[in-house]
Amino acid sequence: MSLNSAKAPTGLRTATGDLHLRSVTKRFGDFVAVDDLTLDVPRGSFFALLGPSGCGKTTTLRMVAGLEQPTAGSILIGDTDLTGSRPYQRPVNTVFQSYALFPHLSVRDNVAFGPKRRGEADAAAQADEALKLVQMGHLAGRRPPQLSGGQQQRVAVARALVNRPEVLLLDEPLGALDLKLRREMQVELKRIQTSVGLTFIHVTHDQEEAMTMADTVAVMNNGRIEQQGAPSALYDLPRTQFVARFLGQANMFDAPIVGADGDMLFVENQGRRFGVPKKRSALTQGVVSYGVRPEKLRLAETEPTELKPGECVVGPGRVTDVSFTGVSTQYIVEVPGFPPASVFEQNLDVEPIDTHVGDQVWLRWNQGHAFAVAPAPAAGATP
Amino acid sequence: MTALATATQHATNSAGATGDDDAHVVGSRRLTPYLLLIPGLAWLVLFFVVPMVQLAVVSLEHKFPGYPGYYYLDLNVANFAGALSEFWPHFLRSFLFAGIATVLAFLLGYPLAYAMAFKAGRWRNVMMICVVAPFFTSFILRTIAWRQILADEGPIAGSLNALHLLPGGHITETWVAVVAGLTYNFLPFMTLPIYSSLERVDPKVIEAGGDLYANGLTTFATVTLPMSLPGVLAGTLMTFIPAAGDYVNAELLGSDISTKMVGNVIESQFFKVPGGYPTAAALSFTLMAIILVMLFAYTRKFGTENLL
Repeated sequence: MSLNSAKAPTGLRTATGDLHLRSVTKRFGDFVAVDDLTLDVPRGSFFALLGPSGCGKTTTLRMVAGLEQPTAGSILIGDTDLTGSRPYQRPVNTVFQSYALFPHLSVRDNVAFGPKRRGEADAAAQADEALKLVQMGHLAGRRPPQLSGGQQQRVAVARALVNRPEVLLLDEPLGALDLKLRREMQVELKRIQTSVGLTFIHVTHDQEEAMTMADTVAVMNNGRIEQQGAPSALYDLPRTQFVARFLGQANMFDAPIVGADGDMLFVENQGRRFGVPKKRSALTQGVVSYGVRPEKLRLAETEPTELKPGECVVGPGRVTDVSFTGVSTQYIVEVPGFPPASVFEQNLDVEPIDTHVGDQVWLRWNQGHAFAVAPAPAAGATP
Repeated sequence: MTALATATQHATNSAGATGDDDAHVVGSRRLTPYLLLIPGLAWLVLFFVVPMVQLAVVSLEHKFPGYPGYYYLDLNVANFAGALSEFWPHFLRSFLFAGIATVLAFLLGYPLAYAMAFKAGRWRNVMMICVVAPFFTSFILRTIAWRQILADEGPIAGSLNALHLLPGGHITETWVAVVAGLTYNFLPFMTLPIYSSLERVDPKVIEAGGDLYANGLTTFATVTLPMSLPGVLAGTLMTFIPAAGDYVNAELLGSDISTKMVGNVIESQFFKVPGGYPTAAALSFTLMAIILVMLFAYTRKFGTENLL
């Protein structure tokens, strides 16, 4: 409390710049929720923390908000160290998962709450402006319990935005919405972020949501960041088993590296050799997990005799499942000696499904799309 | 269970049967709520409406001249006027004591309820049992126990007297003892409604207050307290109303003169003063009427409109 009594009457710290987490660790008893995490989020970016439940992403968010204090490490905005300061002293606002709107206040008073606490004279006017931004101006007089989930979500966003925080934190804000509304809000949030230019940190377990909205995605697992980068880069070139499987689907098998040729490495399984570019392999020797994304695989109903340059082939295998999803069809193909492979084919033809369960097929792909990561540590850990 | 099963069976059978059967089922369903009301209504009529009418009748009766203890039916409004002009200090004292006890119970009960709702963790149930446990002993016995605690040779008065900090030398026989007893006896009625209100408050909403630049105190004043007002309203009413009508605490802990409350007057008019029945009844009615008016004003001011 006495930390900042010399500054603004509310103790609010002014800080501006990129958000930095320096070796942040959070333990709850014996459980390490966040493990020596270092992270830099550039000012004005839309940053997604993606991971399964229990991976520490929400704990990370709460530490940035000040709702939890790190066991070790520090949190800075620009050059200002915010570690140890209280939530109300930070230029950071949160959109809570359950929205956490004040049920006893009108929508307008909910949004004006922050500006009022900061002693702004025109709190109500600011609230109305923020509500307009999220298209909720017409419901300013209502109370939160009278609103639908989507409307409450918009109010929660306005309530945080109105303060123009240095960093706006979104804790799975779209989790409670139905699919259609969620898609709308994704676009909407992205639009708002672009128009206000604030740093958004979005926590989610929905990989599609993270990839759609964020400039940078950090994939978290067991309290650590496995990999971080632009969504397309992460998807195209995962660097760990976990990222390959969590972000989209991946067909993977473990095989030893048996040779190199120029900038290609080769692995061998069932007497066949498969290439992967050296720069797309996490290891240069030993056993790797060799992976190809499902949409990079092509089905062939007869054994391909002439391969395009850089292509490789495996087969014959049998189609064990065909599921039609509209724009594409997913096939599951089992080739002896390999895990079942998933293949996406776009439905470009008039008669989309020309391959059926039980058909014999070969799989081919361009080796340039392949990637190799370290194999899963424990036996049987691969799903 | 059997009856329910039979009814379901009947409903299932009638689905495919004639229209007559369907009409019968719908008819009995429509009657069911009223049938369920009968025991409650009967109870209310027998034990509330009838005694109230009886009380109203008695409060307007006239003494039979020359025959103490005999009355005749009349519309003797003078009973009310007489009761009020003679016993208005007791009314005033009742509401004053009840008011102080309510404020004290709130000041003690709110932090207790808050701790139970937010801070107690696995001790929550233990605390809950401690709050409710006094109900397992008789109200009278507990009040007599308080007489021992507050007695001149007891731990509190004894220590204060040893330090010469107690003007007058007594706690019992003073208003302090009566208010302390009232506060103690009605504390659970204050604590439990507030607790149930606070327990429904989503901790995330309180966190949101902190996230939106309100420090602990401001968050409490602008978020937690307003959200618990329904419980505060219920708790204050459940403390004030019975405390205002109470006579046990004043009887057992107070003095014979200076701490008598209106309940004691009613009790003595009824049991001790010959021919006091109409006065006791008039006092009871007046007390009820004043409390109703206060209740109405109070709920209008802090009413349910702004509450959840």
